[in-house]
Amino acid sequence: MSSILFFEQLLNGIQFGTMLFLMSAGLTLIFGVMGLINLAHGSFYMIGAFSAALIAGLTGSFWLALLASLSGAAIAGVLIETLIIRRLYRRDHLDQVLATFALILLLSEGVRWCFGAFPLYLDIPENLNGTLPILDDIIYSKYRLFIIFMGLLIATGLYFLITKTRLGVRIRAGQNDRQMISALGVDISKLYTIVFALGASLAGLAGAMIGAIQSVEVGMGEPILILAFVVIVIGGIGSIKGALIGSILVGITDTIGRIFLPELLKIFMEPASATSVGSSIGSMLIYILMALILIIKPSGLFGKT
Amino acid sequence: MKKFTTTLAALMILGSTSSFADGHKVKVGMITTLSGGGSGLGIDVRDGFMLAIKGNKNISVITKDDQRKPDIAVQLADKMIQSDKVDVLTGIIWSNLAMAVVPATVNQGKFYLSPNAGPSKLAGKGCHKNYFNVAWQNDNLHEAAGGYANSAGFKNSFILAPNYPAGKDALTGYKRYFKGSLAGEIYTKLGQKDYAAEIAQIRASGADSVFFFLPGGMGIGFMKQFSQSGINLPVVGPAFSFDQGILKAVGDAALGVKNTSQWSKDIDNDANKKFVKDFQSEYGRLPSLYASQGYDTGKLLISAMSKAKVKDKDKFRDALRKADFSSTRGKFSFDKNHHPIQDIYVREVIKEGKILTNKIVSVGLKDHSNAYVSECKM
Repeated sequence: MSSILFFEQLLNGIQFGTMLFLMSAGLTLIFGVMGLINLAHGSFYMIGAFSAALIAGLTGSFWLALLASLSGAAIAGVLIETLIIRRLYRRDHLDQVLATFALILLLSEGVRWCFGAFPLYLDIPENLNGTLPILDDIIYSKYRLFIIFMGLLIATGLYFLITKTRLGVRIRAGQNDRQMISALGVDISKLYTIVFALGASLAGLAGAMIGAIQSVEVGMGEPILILAFVVIVIGGIGSIKGALIGSILVGITDTIGRIFLPELLKIFMEPASATSVGSSIGSMLIYILMALILIIKPSGLFGKT
Repeated sequence: MKKFTTTLAALMILGSTSSFADGHKVKVGMITTLSGGGSGLGIDVRDGFMLAIKGNKNISVITKDDQRKPDIAVQLADKMIQSDKVDVLTGIIWSNLAMAVVPATVNQGKFYLSPNAGPSKLAGKGCHKNYFNVAWQNDNLHEAAGGYANSAGFKNSFILAPNYPAGKDALTGYKRYFKGSLAGEIYTKLGQKDYAAEIAQIRASGADSVFFFLPGGMGIGFMKQFSQSGINLPVVGPAFSFDQGILKAVGDAALGVKNTSQWSKDIDNDANKKFVKDFQSEYGRLPSLYASQGYDTGKLLISAMSKAKVKDKDKFRDALRKADFSSTRGKFSFDKNHHPIQDIYVREVIKEGKILTNKIVSVGLKDHSNAYVSECKM
């Protein structure tokens, strides 16, 4: 097992983590501010990817497509928040789970009506194709470096938004005491719509960036939604910092685990069964990590106790 | 008492007349994946099947979506058998779902015609007289890929597949025919879309070729990421990742890749020409191999119905076994374990105008059956 391979896998883990962060940041914000469990968050990931594929197909420009993913998901977010989600804030979590689960089904079928059941084509731009030498022997995909860069950029942007701006103050206030901030004259329902649209657009951006190297198809958001929930539980629900650290932790654990566990098992097992047992345990690893963290810190790494 | 017997007699007459009227009718239950990831496959199988039986008044079809979930497939099958009283079941795409549904179905005396999944268990020890596979045994296309790898001079392959029954069959099939050594062998998570970690391993492994079996959206992600990684190794795989429904999404990354298939739209026979033409005019798109499998399943059913009534199980089974229909694949027959004997082709991804599609470059394995015939006690 060479150090080059290890370093490359580490980068892969970080890249996966930054993508998870875009998903979980929105999810944790929405939960933190509105107290809403939004199972339909993965649908915004899908909507972002489909908007991007549509615009890329029409214009041929990847950058316009990224813009379309942000705005497409944000528009969908505003519509869904004002029409449906708004009625759910006062209900208990079971009602929210039921309603947003129904939204998943509606949105998936809706997208299938519009675009068909076959995966759409979305490719990365020509100048991000290929690889880049980082250190002596390490070459790494330019596009994945771009994803890491975008993830970090957005994390920094969110940090400034939350800590330095007026909107950020309101969001933090909303997290701490909902009644008080509306009593102080803040238009709470507008704030909720903005936060929801922000979360949706981040998910949409993630969908478009990942869709370009994976596949744009109906139901693409649900597997990553589960991981995003794992992330916010590990990081502490409502904490953006927790979401960032949790994402990177989950990304690295998952990537490193599923590659190196089979190798490790090969030392004392025969190769065929080591591969099979190793990959099975590898896919459980993040849940084991979550369980361990919850034993030590029941409300997550940065959660309020 | 007398009254009772007359009623009984009347009922019996009624029963027999209705069965007389129904004798030539067949009720088909189709359980396939119509929503979520992988629904393109199920839709193609369904459309191919419906095209084959179009206009046939004696066949009625109930179609239900299994959502690619084994538990839902089992529920649907129970309902179709017990309350809808279907005679024949078909449609399942995924081997793990087939393993959950098929054994119980055939043990209840129903026929199952598989348009896709062909897990090794159902070909070998778990074979059953009422189970027919119209597509292939899972290993088949991969065996042809292994054979092709030898003829292309590959000596050291890196192979990967998802961790589920068909994935294991795939790697087994490739290894059965491939004579070189393995640079690496990985099972990935079913439904995984990101292959950065695996591609890094391929880069570090020193392989001279890559074989992969990643059906549906999994293969799209792999091919795109592989071509972006700058690793210039020849890739070979079964047709599933290079078929009509998927090529558009993979894009030019797939150009020139050799893949193995029992069907291709340029197989030169009348049945196939008619199928490709009819499918295009009916649905406005090019058919995939899944569509051809659905179509052949429908034609097989019709051929058996013309020979025997479905209620006469033994005769109907014999009629199915004869496979007396003109397949889109040309020569087609069933081996003793009710799996096809057919040619497997090597195809290459090409561009016809702006559309990516496949053309046959050679016959990989001629009159190919499967490795499990001797294990099947039937």
